[in-house]
Amino acid sequence: MNYLTLLKFALPEAVVTATALGVLGVQSSRPRRQGLCELLAVIGLLLAAGVVLILPAHADLFRGMLVASPLNALFKIICLVFALCTVVYTRGERLAHHAEYIALLLFATIGLMLMVSSEELLMIFIGLELTSLPLYVMTAFNKTDRRGAEAGLKYFLFGSTATAFVLFGLSLVYGTCGTTVLVAIGQKVATQAVTPLLGVGVVMILAGLAFKIAAAPFHFWAPDAYEGSPAPTGAFIASGSKVAAFLLLGRILLVAFGSLQGSATWHGFVAGWSPLLALVAALSIVVGSITALAQRNLRRLLGYSAVAHAGYTLLGLIVPGSQGFAATLFYTTIYGFTLVGAFGVVGLVRQQTGGDAISDFAGLRFRSPLLAVCMAIFLVSLAGLPPLAGFFGKFYLFAMVMRDQGMVWLVAIGLGGSLVSLYYYLVVVRTMFVDPPPSEVATIETGWTERLLLSLLGAVVLLLGLVPSLLLSRIEASL
Amino acid sequence: MIAYTIYLTFAGAVLVLLVPRAFAKWVALLAALAGCGIAAIAFLQVSDFAQFQTIIRVPWVPSLGIDYHLAADGISLTMALVTGLIGISSVLFSWNIENRQNEFFFWLLLVVGGSYGVFLSADLFLFYLFYELVIVPKYFLIATWGSTNKAYGAMKLALYSFFGGALVLIALLAAYSTGGSLDLQELSRFHFSSQFQFWAFPVMFLGFAVLAGIWPLHTWAPTGHVAAPTAASMLLAGIVMKLGAYGALRVSLNLFPEGFHIWSGAIAALAVIGIVYAAAIALRQRDLKFVIGYSSVSHMGFVLLGLATAQALGAGGAVLQMFSHGIIAGLLFAVVGRMIYDRTHTRDLTVLPGLALNRVIPFAAFTFVLASAAAMGIPGFSGFPAEITILIGTWRAYPALVIVAGVGMALTAGFMLRALKKSFFGEPIPTQCPDYAPISVPEKIGAALLLCVTLVFGLFPNLLLERILPAVETMRWLNR
Repeated sequence: MNYLTLLKFALPEAVVTATALGVLGVQSSRPRRQGLCELLAVIGLLLAAGVVLILPAHADLFRGMLVASPLNALFKIICLVFALCTVVYTRGERLAHHAEYIALLLFATIGLMLMVSSEELLMIFIGLELTSLPLYVMTAFNKTDRRGAEAGLKYFLFGSTATAFVLFGLSLVYGTCGTTVLVAIGQKVATQAVTPLLGVGVVMILAGLAFKIAAAPFHFWAPDAYEGSPAPTGAFIASGSKVAAFLLLGRILLVAFGSLQGSATWHGFVAGWSPLLALVAALSIVVGSITALAQRNLRRLLGYSAVAHAGYTLLGLIVPGSQGFAATLFYTTIYGFTLVGAFGVVGLVRQQTGGDAISDFAGLRFRSPLLAVCMAIFLVSLAGLPPLAGFFGKFYLFAMVMRDQGMVWLVAIGLGGSLVSLYYYLVVVRTMFVDPPPSEVATIETGWTERLLLSLLGAVVLLLGLVPSLLLSRIEASL
Repeated sequence: MIAYTIYLTFAGAVLVLLVPRAFAKWVALLAALAGCGIAAIAFLQVSDFAQFQTIIRVPWVPSLGIDYHLAADGISLTMALVTGLIGISSVLFSWNIENRQNEFFFWLLLVVGGSYGVFLSADLFLFYLFYELVIVPKYFLIATWGSTNKAYGAMKLALYSFFGGALVLIALLAAYSTGGSLDLQELSRFHFSSQFQFWAFPVMFLGFAVLAGIWPLHTWAPTGHVAAPTAASMLLAGIVMKLGAYGALRVSLNLFPEGFHIWSGAIAALAVIGIVYAAAIALRQRDLKFVIGYSSVSHMGFVLLGLATAQALGAGGAVLQMFSHGIIAGLLFAVVGRMIYDRTHTRDLTVLPGLALNRVIPFAAFTFVLASAAAMGIPGFSGFPAEITILIGTWRAYPALVIVAGVGMALTAGFMLRALKKSFFGEPIPTQCPDYAPISVPEKIGAALLLCVTLVFGLFPNLLLERILPAVETMRWLNR
């Protein structure tokens, strides 16, 4: 192992780092050229994605610290795409320190890439922190916005507590297993007797990661962060951060603690993390779906629906063995695409109407047909209706869970949650398409980049619904 | 070839969005005509009705065993034909839509295309996709272009449909995990354990029956029909309710025959309650559209009763009734929604008699007389052979229920005659001297089309039965 190999496999991260520094440099030398920062960031992200594609598909550096595999490469690219969308959204956002925002976003992206590509506890923790810290700042980025400050503080306090939990859990796991490499932990756990200490460690890690994915009862930050942060931050929290966290959660549970899975079957309950996750998933679906009913603010609604969707996505991990992991990864990816799109629309509407209450979307169809159609696609996909990606995603998850018919109770809760959520998604859709627009508001102006991006995202959501194999076969081949 | 009904209808839907306003209805009409034409040709040309013959089969999501698999037998062909006919006539009866035409016809064609898809699917995932596909278009049609209480009616319909779909999905996934396939043919050869069928059948059947308007989960139907614009009422009563009945027949009965035999008595009881209850409610309605809405529930009760007999004749009659009621309900809603309500802006049975509509719009009166005769089951119209075959089947399985169903038929005659008298043959009040637009050409063509169909198949029911019965007789849930 020499430094050249290290440099080679860390090149995508290095490119993004260099881009971030470049953005800061450009800003200090030419403070007026905002567009340059975005352009630089876009080029850097594309370059990083290109490098990921070129690199050899399999490598393992420093016993799991940096792992190259088809799965990691796929999700690195997905995270980079989400970051790219977020950069495009910052164009229209009125942010005081534009370049710094983009730099922070890029740093958070590096964190995601590390989270995705590491199979070793210390690196994973570094990745988690590298993602979280910039996200706290990005949430409270508008210093004059009270809601933003509140959201940032909440996110930070909850987040740091969750981090403490994760770190404590990791140390307990390290203490009982004597290694930080996931595969080695897996072997240890499978052979030696389970100590209560290890159990506590696993539960603490779970609690910390449940915070990251905004699963109930660790979700209280999510609605505030979704509502109060600048729209691009919301998009990034809901997509990149979530996708990477799910990949990480699945990887830790299945690789390191696969033998402790247990069973959440109704009659054949076996202690392990699976029943725990089942409980968290069921609670998330119920709490998220029902609380979202009462929301009048669209971003808050998306925040609570995120809780419910975290619940659906978890279902795949509860399935015995690792069959359901593909379903989880598929669902979280399409959810990411959907939410990036939805936040894009919300951000544009907010820039022009000054608000993001559901009533601000009244008559959107007459003010900007493209935005309305895209938003309808995203919302109907979230509701899980065909022919959109959310339909196949949910079908796949439920089909996996039903492999074990004792878990029909989870499917029933999931479908009940979907039924409730259909109501509030349809209410928003009706507001956009049926209600007349407020008379004083003119059409909503959008730039061509936003139009293009939103159309593409809408097309992705539709296409992955019609031909899910496009993504699914890649995930399955790389698992 | 019949697969092109789906493709052409969806292609038409997309095209409608792209053309200028003035062409929207023409494109929609063309798409509906093309779909119906193909369905009719296939209906006449196909010679082997008994087998569920594969039309196309390509892998879709290989890792889950999902195929894009379409197939058709006599039942599918019959249902595709009624879909095409209702498709054409609903476009014709929407000729006067002014508000957001392109979108209106887009959603309308989506419902039609999705329904073709349901009737032709042979893969359960595909079937379920098409089944759920029609929820959003229905919602938009009612919420945007509807009348009385439209937001409520649209949402109620969407939630009920989704609820039914959720029940279906649970049993469907259980069957998938047990039988290891999503192919309808393979699964219907698989033997599920009796214990499994005991719970899976009622869950799935009930899920489908929600959309077929089974008592006591029928309440979406009258509210939805009343809230909907004319074309959507026609689609709802004419096709969408049949999706539920068709799903029950094609999927739940074929997959779980043992479960069906355990529960068939309960289904028959619910069906008969529905027939009598809905007819009795219809007798007391003030809103003319509610009368027709409840009559739909009552007539769909016959379909469920026919299925519950597990006799070839009863089940064949049920399919015949699905066809016949689709046409007749479409006709009734067309008269009430388009001919009467669009002109008078009232459906109140206490106001309508004063307008003496038979003098103002005699063609509407003529159509409504024939349509209500058909709905009452007068010989000569398609309702008669349908109901009589169902009753013969019922006589063999549940003799006592025939009497109750007979009461329902008498009540049907009662409320239809009451509606007829009040809406068209009241004493005119001279002060309200109305002057309404004459019946337009598209309305006349649409009404004539549906009237001809119900007459032709009423006089020659064998045209349908010779296609339906062989298909029904191959099904393994029949009591022989």
